[in-house]
Amino acid sequence: MIAPTDIPSRTNPQETFVLNLGPQHPAAHGVLRIKMTMDGEYVTRAEPIPGYIHRMHEKMGENRTWTQFLPNTGRIDYLSALHYNHAFVGAVERAARIEVPPRAEYIRVITSELNRISSHLVWWSAYLLDLGGFTPLLYAFADREKILDLLEAITGSRLTYCYFRFGGLCNDIDDAFIQGTRAFVAQMRPRLKMYRDLVTDNIILRKRLEGIGPISAELCRKYGATGPVLRGAGIAYDVRKVEPYSVYSQLDFHIPVFPEGDSMARYRVRMAEMEQSLRIIEQALDKLPAGPVMGKVPRVLRLPAGDYCYAVEAARGRHMVRVVSDNKDIPYRVKLRTPSFSNLSLYEEASKGMMLPDALALLGSLDLVIPDIDR
Amino acid sequence: MKASILDVPRGFWSLLVGMRITLTQFFKPVITVPYPHKTLPIPARYRGPIELTADPATGKALCIACKLCERACPSDCILVAGVKLKGEKKKSVTEFKLDFTKCSLCGACVEVCPCDAIRFSKNYNLASTSKEDYIFDLVARLQAEKKQP
Amino acid sequence: MSFLTAEPVRLLLALVCIMAFVGLNAAYLVLAERKGAGRFQRRPGPNEAGYGGWLQPVADVAKLLSKQLIVPPGTDTILFRLAPLMVISPAMMCLAVIPFSQTLVARNINVGLLMVFSFGSINVMAIMLSGWASRNKYAIISAARVVSQNVAYEIPMLLVVITLLMVTGTMDLNEIVRQQAGWFWHWNLFKVWVNPLMPVTFVIFFICMLAETNRAPFDMAEAESELVAGVFTEYAGMGFGVFFMAEYANIVLGCSLGTVLFLGGWQSPFGLWPGVVWFLLKLYALIFTVIWVRWTFPRTQFYNLLNLSWKILIPISLFTLLLSSAMIKLF
Repeated sequence: MIAPTDIPSRTNPQETFVLNLGPQHPAAHGVLRIKMTMDGEYVTRAEPIPGYIHRMHEKMGENRTWTQFLPNTGRIDYLSALHYNHAFVGAVERAARIEVPPRAEYIRVITSELNRISSHLVWWSAYLLDLGGFTPLLYAFADREKILDLLEAITGSRLTYCYFRFGGLCNDIDDAFIQGTRAFVAQMRPRLKMYRDLVTDNIILRKRLEGIGPISAELCRKYGATGPVLRGAGIAYDVRKVEPYSVYSQLDFHIPVFPEGDSMARYRVRMAEMEQSLRIIEQALDKLPAGPVMGKVPRVLRLPAGDYCYAVEAARGRHMVRVVSDNKDIPYRVKLRTPSFSNLSLYEEASKGMMLPDALALLGSLDLVIPDIDR
Repeated sequence: MKASILDVPRGFWSLLVGMRITLTQFFKPVITVPYPHKTLPIPARYRGPIELTADPATGKALCIACKLCERACPSDCILVAGVKLKGEKKKSVTEFKLDFTKCSLCGACVEVCPCDAIRFSKNYNLASTSKEDYIFDLVARLQAEKKQP
Repeated sequence: MSFLTAEPVRLLLALVCIMAFVGLNAAYLVLAERKGAGRFQRRPGPNEAGYGGWLQPVADVAKLLSKQLIVPPGTDTILFRLAPLMVISPAMMCLAVIPFSQTLVARNINVGLLMVFSFGSINVMAIMLSGWASRNKYAIISAARVVSQNVAYEIPMLLVVITLLMVTGTMDLNEIVRQQAGWFWHWNLFKVWVNPLMPVTFVIFFICMLAETNRAPFDMAEAESELVAGVFTEYAGMGFGVFFMAEYANIVLGCSLGTVLFLGGWQSPFGLWPGVVWFLLKLYALIFTVIWVRWTFPRTQFYNLLNLSWKILIPISLFTLLLSSAMIKLF
């Protein structure tokens, strides 16, 4: 039962029609507009039109101090705010040669991985919503709620965190957080098994995802797609391993890779990543050193002139911040390389000739966050 | 051929497994909180709109109107004014306006404050139909609070 | 009192009763569905209107009634307005021949089963018309899907029913129920000595019923995450409300049919309580399963849906048909 994908695409405008998917559409998850040229239910061309939620984050970076830009980073990809915090903070620390105490680095890893799990849970539930399954949404959100509660207790916010500071963290974690996180890790494992039984092994879901929307490693390379999309195409590229930052090099975890390249492979990558994140959190909690959470930082931050980069593995792929400084207290340029933008760019090529529901299954499997595309 | 025939009973079984899971969830208790009737405790570090703190001894605002917060704010939503009263070493605040329509609760003001005069409040029921309701006069608020208890 | 027993009056009364039954069921099944969905998802469901949400259907209907009936420009106005009626009326008609108990049946005709299936097919046409008349791309895609889906699933449904007819030898629904008298292993579902695949035929019947009523996981007509609201996209207010009612009326009809054909209708498994109680009990157990299925599975892909019908259900139902004819011939 293979999806009929090889159809002669007709170019006669009499035979096709244009379907404007979005900017308000249940599957667009935000305000993404996709202009689909359809031949019956087959998509002959799907042209993504982003820009409906453009907020000029990069430009905003050029007219405020380094510290003042920090809250912006949590609002680019609102589902993995801590990773984006980390990338910007990391770039500035690298430029200003600020030492981060080890305890802060470990806490950064723990909170980032919690954030990754919560992000993947949102993706999982929203993806199933795209596929017409409603109940997993609430189960995933019940688990995500625990992460949000944990992070809220230490960061003060539930979604758009601004927890990392240049040189460390804004405040330390407490015992309640450590115990809560351990408890969460312990109860998340059976939940992941439950997810597998309820959804992953489900024949309806497997039939919908297996072999649907193949994305080759070549295509990923062409458009710069990273993260689970690339790992679902069989390439073990993960910033945490290939250019280890923070204390990831001291932790034992592996990168889930699935070579099939279809939507199911991307799905499985994310499900396996959640388990790996749990492993990372456990190890980091065991190794958590004592000490301060804030390093020595000059009162007025001025970066030496130059061009600095820092990349992290966000939940959606490689997020890189490039900052250019001309030795002033405001940046000369803040460039954000966001994963969703690259992952979306391959959509037009990958979705050619698919049926509408399959094209939407492919769209969902890319795990797009629309503000992350537009920035 | 054989695989696709075997797929039928296996697939059917996977459906039954899924149905068993949802049924066990059906008989478990509800885990949501009926919000307006019941609320959850708010963690200590919760970030609500900022408020001024008062000196417990004198009941006056701790703020010395140094305007560091005004400068630190990335969104330009704080307006501070102060005067130097006779017989006091530091300035005291006369006006502290917060434009909450612009505030992103980043906490830059709280962190930069040299005398811990600002803190996050725990207010979250902030819905309103007019924009003016979000221009908070924090000095007036502090005085109103003082009178109340 | 004699005029009450006159046939036309009795029929009229029965019709009013059926309309009330369908209306009440539609209203409260929506609530049951939402409550059930809530329980499956570990939340309470609607609970603000009235104690425990009992007045929610009233609030829903009041809201729908207060909305303007929008007929978008460029639509086929007559068809657009007619379609909701055409969806709900066949379901009501069919309920006339369903025996709720030995005597509680609006019109007992000896080809009741045939009538149910012939009227049931109008449903498809009405949904197609509404999609066509809406002049909306999503609605047209959805209408096209619904037609091929319903055509594909009528076939295994009818094959299964023919298998059953070979066993019962009658199309009179009351007679079919009467044949299932006795303990529950006399129900057609468990008559494995007549045809060892009888439970399988019931499963096929149930799947086809889900597909025919456009219920999840086969809800191609609505498919909200793909087609916004499918054929119902352009309907506002009570036009949409009637479609909604029709969906539940069709579920009630499908489940009643399942109860009558496979679960022994009003027959009690061990002779307690009047028949109508048993009928309703079985009916609502089936409806619960329908809700349960909806809140468990994701939606099937369209060609997988057709694959399921043409490659799996039709061969199996053909096989059961052959098997039961062979068994009838041999024994």
